[in-house]
Order: sequence, then structure tokens, then C-alpha cells
Amino acid sequence: MSSGTEQPSGLLAEVDRMRWAMPPQAHDRWVEHLYAEAAGIAEHRVAAAGASTRRAWERRLDRWLTSRATGVPAMLLIFAGVLWLTIVGANYPSSFLAANLIDRGLPFLKGLADAVSLPWWLSGVLLDGMYLTTAWVVSVMLPPMAIFFPLFTILEDFGYLPRVAFVLDNSFRKVGAHGKQALTMCMGFGCNAAGVIATRVIDSPRERLIAIITNNFALCNGRWPTQILIATVFFGALMPGPLQGLTATAAVLTIAVLGVALMFGTSAFLSRTVLKGVASTFSLELPPYRPPAILRTLYTSLIDRTVFVLWRAVLFAMPAGLAIWLISNIHVAGQSVAAWMIAGLDPVGLLIGLNGVILVAYIVAIPANEIVIPTILMLTVLTTGMTEVGSGAGVIFETQGAPLSALLHAGGWTTLTAACLMLFSLIHNPCSTTIYTIYKETGSVRWTVWATLLPIGIGVVLCAAVAAGWHLLAG
Amino acid sequence: MSKSAQPGCANCGASLAHEQTGLSVQGWNYVVALAGNPNTGKSTVFNALTGLRQHTGNWPGKTISRAEGGFRIGNDRYKLVDLPGTYSLLSASPDEEVARSFLLFGRPDVTVIVADATRLERNLNLALQVLQITSRVVVCLNLVDEARAHGIDVDTTGLARDLGVPVIPTVARDGEGIDALLAAIRDVATGSLVCSPRRVRHPNPALRAAIDRIAGHLRKDYPHLQQAEWIAQRLLAGDTRIRQAVESGELAELVDSPLRETGVPA
Repeated sequence: MSSGTEQPSGLLAEVDRMRWAMPPQAHDRWVEHLYAEAAGIAEHRVAAAGASTRRAWERRLDRWLTSRATGVPAMLLIFAGVLWLTIVGANYPSSFLAANLIDRGLPFLKGLADAVSLPWWLSGVLLDGMYLTTAWVVSVMLPPMAIFFPLFTILEDFGYLPRVAFVLDNSFRKVGAHGKQALTMCMGFGCNAAGVIATRVIDSPRERLIAIITNNFALCNGRWPTQILIATVFFGALMPGPLQGLTATAAVLTIAVLGVALMFGTSAFLSRTVLKGVASTFSLELPPYRPPAILRTLYTSLIDRTVFVLWRAVLFAMPAGLAIWLISNIHVAGQSVAAWMIAGLDPVGLLIGLNGVILVAYIVAIPANEIVIPTILMLTVLTTGMTEVGSGAGVIFETQGAPLSALLHAGGWTTLTAACLMLFSLIHNPCSTTIYTIYKETGSVRWTVWATLLPIGIGVVLCAAVAAGWHLLAG
Repeated sequence: MSKSAQPGCANCGASLAHEQTGLSVQGWNYVVALAGNPNTGKSTVFNALTGLRQHTGNWPGKTISRAEGGFRIGNDRYKLVDLPGTYSLLSASPDEEVARSFLLFGRPDVTVIVADATRLERNLNLALQVLQITSRVVVCLNLVDEARAHGIDVDTTGLARDLGVPVIPTVARDGEGIDALLAAIRDVATGSLVCSPRRVRHPNPALRAAIDRIAGHLRKDYPHLQQAEWIAQRLLAGDTRIRQAVESGELAELVDSPLRETGVPA
């Protein structure tokens, strides 16, 4: 843009000349005049027939949901309810899908491959690699998404999200961030890339950058299934039957709340160091509560969110499955590439409470968080040697023969590993799509690097601290 | 279908175009813009008109960029553009800027202002500003069911007389009033209904004279410019964005190569 070039006709010079000669506050008076006209018309054409009953219950509900004392507990309770429904509800369809797609589907397909005498490497790539990873993604991700998204959308349609913004506004202001960041955070709970785009509602560039950089701390749909799975297997299992769902919910909620706390913390850090400034004011109207159209909500959230996100996961899962198969089957100096990588990263992994398998999984899963768990499972199978069918080097996973927890325990997992994995899953670099979106929205390499490295730095430090503390206490 | 769909944006059912220009109008007879305050149900009206199921949400600021769809009345094909909600056309945050630029330079054949019947006064603030820019307007008075529940009754005939444009009461969620809205859009688009919008003039005579003078200058520089008064007023108010458009030659570009020729079937 070439600025400062004077128009040949002198238009801007004339504007400037006339602006000097203008009566003071002429512009403000014009706006006032416009608004007075609007008020006049409205007064003339609107007849209000007394107080309505609907406003009364809305006010009562708002008192509970947005007051200083009850707003935050109500918010936690509502989100805990959504999570609990997701965790308890997702269990059954998940095991149903796993039983059909993996326990039955895979042997069937392998039989088919043998019947047409497919070469071992081709059936390995297609079935053990791509099909299995995809099947895992579908059975682990589809049920929680199909429950979580519609519930979240119903809350949104009901009008609860602006109330969240209202409740959190003061906290965001205190850390020097924009109150609308609460809205972009809520979008981030669905998808961080969508959350980053949603920051366009924030006018101030400084506060918008803060919202962009910290959006990754909102647990996204790619990571909810990881949290839910690990929480169920390791923390739910610590408790007797009926309490399992609640314990797992508490664990996931703790992680989500920690994410929000980290968002506040890093926002405060940024607005006191590299992005100095005070929060700007804004107005946010609380829309009326609207009874959600349940069926329509189910339909749109299924089409727009669930299918969309699942399709993306499948797209990423297939090449990732291929990559896993390849690194598991290409041998260098008597060991597979995967084994070398795992062995090499194990010391680092153990230092931060994780292990080599998890770190390799995060490297393979850079394109999408969704496939971290399937990748971990496959690599664990490989290293523990709990393989079954196939040529020995195939990446086979059998849920029936080896329940999930038995498998992971055999892979050397402890409660510490689970806790650190949940932490690390919350606090690491954003997925490739989000990084790309951040670059597109900020147009700056510098801020994209900040947004990428800041969380992973915090994640490594925090996991290492937890691991050190754990070892100290344990002996 | 997807033009520049955002990767990973899980909520975009319709295709999105983020650039200010680049609206494809091939195959469309008319372009209709949906404007209005945040959270008045623009996206719901969009869905009701197009039959698309773009995700809607009950919070202000949901639509952050243009969403596009289409519908048909008789033999004519209409392109519908859902704009981000704005309270006014005077300030410009990135999302408000999308709406403002489109209304100013996208030259829609019809602008549908979606207004919340329960908050008429505040919604009229924007409506009166839009009427400064374009006369081809239909006001869609949405959420009349909520207004009824709140005991609010709006005299739509009188309101239409005050504003000088058609006012159609609707409940977009249930499809109520959508047929009447379509008919009004058709009448304004085809020119069978010519509006005489209420144009609020500046109360200060000195400033009115200044606006006229600058507007005259603008018309001389840009013979095709249609909103000279409004741009003059913004320039005098020190609107940096509009000033920038003049300085950089963006205004000249937009005026000389408008997004589309009005009303010409492709």
C-alpha cells in the first residue's frame, strides 16, 4: 500500500482543511442525532404490554449462572456434566466399534488378503498399517465426539457461551487480555484452528495475539479422546465400579481447568512482557436463552463437526499408519527404525515422566493430535512383543487377547506415565493445521514460533517437574 | 464448492471467502447481502432462505467472515452473502470491516437487514446507517415470537413507513414469514418496488455544507461512486480506514472495477 501519495485533485487536502474548520464534536453529535432518530422511531412503533413471565425466569437463571458467587461453580458443574455423559456414554459404542472393526474386521480382511495371495508387504502396508490406524481412530474418536459435540452445541444454542465470557471477563481483564477471549477459548475446546480464526472478534491487535498464542491451552477435540481414554484406563481403574466414571471425569476436568489456568498464566506473562498493555473495554450483550432445537442441533453438529473432524482424522491416520508400518519394518543394523528411535528417545522421555514410545508417537503425529493414541498403542504392541497373527513384524493389535491396561502396563506404564501423558497432551505444540492457521492469521513468523514453542516448553518443564516430584516422594 | 475454505475450521458449512473482493457471481442474477446486529439470527435467516444448514450459535460474533449460498425465485438465481454482525458502520474491527466493505463496495442488489424485534431501538441504529449507503433494502424483523413472549408488539406497517423500505416480520427458526421475505427481496431486486429510504441528515448546517462540498469533490474524482455523502462524512469524521482507501487508490479500484455489474445476468 502506497500511503501518503497526495491525490492529484487535492481531495484529502480539502478534507483536512475543512476538518480544521469544523465545529467541535460535530461527529459525536451526528452519532447522537442518528441514535435519537432510532430511539424516536422505536418508541413510536413499539408497544410493550407490561412485564412478561419469560423475562422473570431468564433473570433468575442468569442470577445463578453469572453471579460472582455461583457463576464459576455452575460453569464447572455444567462442563463436568457434559464430560461425565461423554465418558460414560462413549464406553459402550467404543468397545462395540473396536470389537467389529478390529477384532473381527482385521482377521477377516487378512483372510481375504491371503485368499487373493497379496504379497506380505502390501497386506502389511494396507491392513496392519493404514486400515488398523484408521480403525483405531474411528473407534477411539467417533463415540466421544458424537456425544461431546452435540452436547456442547446444545449449550451454545441455549445461549450459555456468552455467560461463560461474562463470568470469566474479570479474570481475563486482570491478566491484561480481552474478555472475548473466553469465546475464542470455547471455540478452541472444539478446534484450536477454529478458535484462532474466531479471535477476529477481538479488535485490539495486542489482545488478539494473546488470544491466538494461548488458544492451544484449550483442550481440542483431537485431545479430548486421549484424555478420556487415559483417564478411564488409569485413573478410573483406581476406583471401584460406580465411582470409575466420576473419577475419570474428575481427572479430565482437572486437566481442562489446568489448561484454562495456563491460559490465564501465559496471557498475564505475555501482557506483562512482550505484549505489554492494558485490556481494552468492550460490550457484550447476553442473548436471551433460546430453547435449542434438539434434532436440528444433533444433525448439524453431526454433519459440521463430527463427520468433518473424523474425516480429517482418517485422512491423517492413513499416511501415519503407513509411516508406522514402515518404521516398524525397515531394519537398520539388526533393529527396526522405530526401535532405534524409541531406544534413543527413552532416556529423554523417562526424564519427563513419559517414555520413548510416546515421544515417537508425538513425532509421527505432528500433523494431527487425533492419532497420538493409536500410534502409541501400535508402537507399544511392537516393543512389548505382544503381537499375534502375521509375519511377526506386523503391527497387530488384539484387544481381546490383551486388554488396554494390561498392554500399557506391559509397556512399562505407571500412573506417573499416564499423568504425564495427560499433561503433555494438554501442553505441547499446536497441531500442524493450527500452526498454519496461526501463521495465516498473524502473518508473522515470529508469533507463529512463539505460539508453537511456548506451550511445548512449558509442557516439558511441567512434566519434568511432576516426574521429579513423583520420584522424590516415591523414594 | 469450497473456495478458500479454512483448514480445520469445523464450523463452516458453507464455503467461505475471506478476501474483501473475489465474490464469484457467475450464474447469479442478483446478489443479496444479509446484514444486522450480532446475534439477531442472520445465520438462521441465511439457512431458511438457502436451505443450507450452516452452523448457527446463540452468541454474538459467531459469523466472522462471509458465508455464501444461493436460492432461486422463479427463474432468477440469487446469491446470498451472510455478513458478520455489526452494531454500527462507524468503527471497524476486522469482522465489522468485512461487513462494511461489502456493503460499501460489493454493491449488493438487495441488502436484507435482520433486526431483533425485542431490541428494536438498538437495531435501528444500524438500519439507519445502512440506509445512508444504499436504498435497496428490506428489513427482516426477526424473532417476533420472542417479542410476543416478552409482550412486545411492533407496528411493522408504521415502521416500514418510517424507514421507507419494506419491513417483513419473521420467525426464521420456524420458517415463518420467509415467503413474504422472498417476495420483498424479489420486488426490490427486480426494481418493481422502489424504496425511498429515510436518510438522516446531519443536524449541523455547517457540517452539512462541508459534507456536500466533499461529496461533490468525490463525485468529480470518482464518477461511478454511489455513496459519496457517506464517504465524505466518514472522511470528515477522520475515519482512518476510509482515508487509507482513498490514499492507496483502493477506492478508485473498487469504484472502477466493481465486484459486479448490477442486475446483469451472467
